[in-house]
Amino acid sequence: MTTATRDAATAGSVEPAPIGLPRLLPATGQPMELAAHLHVHGATPYRGGPRMLIHTIESAGLTGRGGAAFPTHRKLTAVANQKGRPVVVGNGAEGEPASDKDKLLLWSSPHLVLDGLQLAAETVGARQVHLYVHRDPQKGQLVQRLESALAERAAAGLDRITVNIVTAPSRFLAGEESALANRVEGGAALPRFTPPRIFERGVNGAPTLVQNVETLAQLALISRYGPAWFRAVGTKAEPGSMLTTVRLADGSGGIVETAIGAPIAELLNLAEHPVRAVLVGGYHGAWLTPEQARHLTLSNADLRPLGAAVGAGVLAALPADRCGLVESARVVQYLALESAGQCGPCLNGLPRIAATLWQLAEHRSAPAARDDLHRWSKLVERRGACHHPDGTVRFLRSALTVFADEVSLHEAGRCSAGTYEPFLPIPAASPDHKDDWS
Amino acid sequence: MDERLRVNPILCTGHGLCAELLPEQITLDEWGFPILADQPVPQELRKLARRAVTDCPALALMLVRDR
Amino acid sequence: MTTGTAFWFASRATGVISLVLFSLVAILGILVNRQGRLPGLPRFAVTGLHRNLSLLTVAFLGTHIVTAIVDGYAHIPWLSTVVPFSSDYERFWIGLGTMAIDLLAAIIVTSLLRDRLRPAVWRAVHWLSYVCYPVVVVHSLGAYKDLRSGWLLALTMATVFAVVTAIGYRVLDALATVPRPGRVPEQLVRAEEIRADKAGSLR
Repeated sequence: MTTATRDAATAGSVEPAPIGLPRLLPATGQPMELAAHLHVHGATPYRGGPRMLIHTIESAGLTGRGGAAFPTHRKLTAVANQKGRPVVVGNGAEGEPASDKDKLLLWSSPHLVLDGLQLAAETVGARQVHLYVHRDPQKGQLVQRLESALAERAAAGLDRITVNIVTAPSRFLAGEESALANRVEGGAALPRFTPPRIFERGVNGAPTLVQNVETLAQLALISRYGPAWFRAVGTKAEPGSMLTTVRLADGSGGIVETAIGAPIAELLNLAEHPVRAVLVGGYHGAWLTPEQARHLTLSNADLRPLGAAVGAGVLAALPADRCGLVESARVVQYLALESAGQCGPCLNGLPRIAATLWQLAEHRSAPAARDDLHRWSKLVERRGACHHPDGTVRFLRSALTVFADEVSLHEAGRCSAGTYEPFLPIPAASPDHKDDWS
Repeated sequence: MDERLRVNPILCTGHGLCAELLPEQITLDEWGFPILADQPVPQELRKLARRAVTDCPALALMLVRDR
Repeated sequence: MTTGTAFWFASRATGVISLVLFSLVAILGILVNRQGRLPGLPRFAVTGLHRNLSLLTVAFLGTHIVTAIVDGYAHIPWLSTVVPFSSDYERFWIGLGTMAIDLLAAIIVTSLLRDRLRPAVWRAVHWLSYVCYPVVVVHSLGAYKDLRSGWLLALTMATVFAVVTAIGYRVLDALATVPRPGRVPEQLVRAEEIRADKAGSLR
């Protein structure tokens, strides 16, 4: 494989561009401090003016790594085209309990993310930059680490705009871009009604660029090593690498940086352990049958036709001895509790869906359960200010499809599972729900 | 130029006025919240639609130009 | 009876009527806000009544103001319709009346334009009605001495009592209502109970 060409400005003390993997995560496996980062990647490759990076990003074909897979160059262009000085926010609040990739990326490669923030700000002409991360008590250390990384960069004169760290509550919707805008403004992390979209009017009315921290890190690498380097892995339609949180059937797992288009069977080691089903895309994603999972790759090209998506790169293999219905009921209850409670259909529909699914899971069935679930799904879809009800319904429908046999068993008072021990990670219920949105 | 009804679900508290004024375009779900017809407002109902928008106590209903 | 006395009488009479109408409008407004219904009437009738009565109030109020100024006896200047405390006659009590006019003008104008304003703006101005009402009551009692005794006092007390009761109801209802983000666990518990009942009734 040829070494990709580098930006002449960063030639000299920099190591050759790493074509293969890992790219985002440090090759050594240890968190990369500033000195090591500068040695491997060089200084932040500012272009010298707005919009100059956009064409490179377009050639690279970078799409958002926060779940929506929106073409990054289009977002950059849209924000740069708005009237008024833009604001940039790096979104590290993944919200998804089954996902840890953003936390790991921020911990291990903070300087790639922070480079990306500066470059994105330069490209859209922003003067205000924020980094949005969960404040999580256990991980309060992450904020400290980021603060010291920023201080180091300030001392080295790397950053052109001061980055302001904004902490997010530990809520599923905290990373939703309009909730993020509200939180950065100082309010509660509750979603807004759109239009206007956040790229038009976001933080304090300014056009706001919201990018997932992984997208920013990719951007920082592309700006150094170029589009050809980026496309050296992945598929033609979905180039590049991505971070995936994997949970194998034997309980092991972690975060893997993989090329997009890698076979799911390999990522989850499906050959080794029997599985009941595979969850792709997190709690707003979809279940796949083992058969489907064995033949599919981690790409939207493969997953979208089945109503699933890569999302924020969460893959979980449900062990064969677990009950898919009970696991799904736990997830749906969690999702119902994570509703912002602002919109009538979601506030009313999700709890009823959750209670009914539990009824099925606990063999307390009533014949109306399936009809109720079907009716309520149609009532909550697309009738909220955000996509929480839509994602919940997607998850629910895939569960009812993939676990259809299990549903029938439960209606007859039986179950095929060996244990009800929880497999998917569900945070404990918040003690004081109404106060912890800020 | 077509006009459509849209509701801001955050402002909407389920008063239900809109469905009374414009039953051809708005029905209430089982919790009292409006389900809007997925089609432009016909010319002859435009005046009633305007009235529903003005009368909504929560100012949650809007008439928007169809894109 | 001189024309002066006739205007003066008309002013006081329309003043009392305006006070009673304003009280009714306020009570209807609270009813709309709490999604209350009037027996036999559709929901849009409650809001319609609130709006139409408020416009009727404006008509009586207009008469009340004009007759008071046109009557020569008290020398209230036209300026007093907008600038508070600019009248030599009963400066303070009339001044309160002017304040009420100013507040009401803002409320009425924003309400006529309510589908063109941002909801938050309309709502903020409409809240001024809770300032306007006490000002109106104090103005009435201060400027019209006859309200302080006899059947007029009884009438005034009855209408004020009705409004205070309505406000009390609104406050209690608002306190009892969980703020929206907190309603989710409540809904979940309620949904569980509903499902449990359903299952129970089938056995």
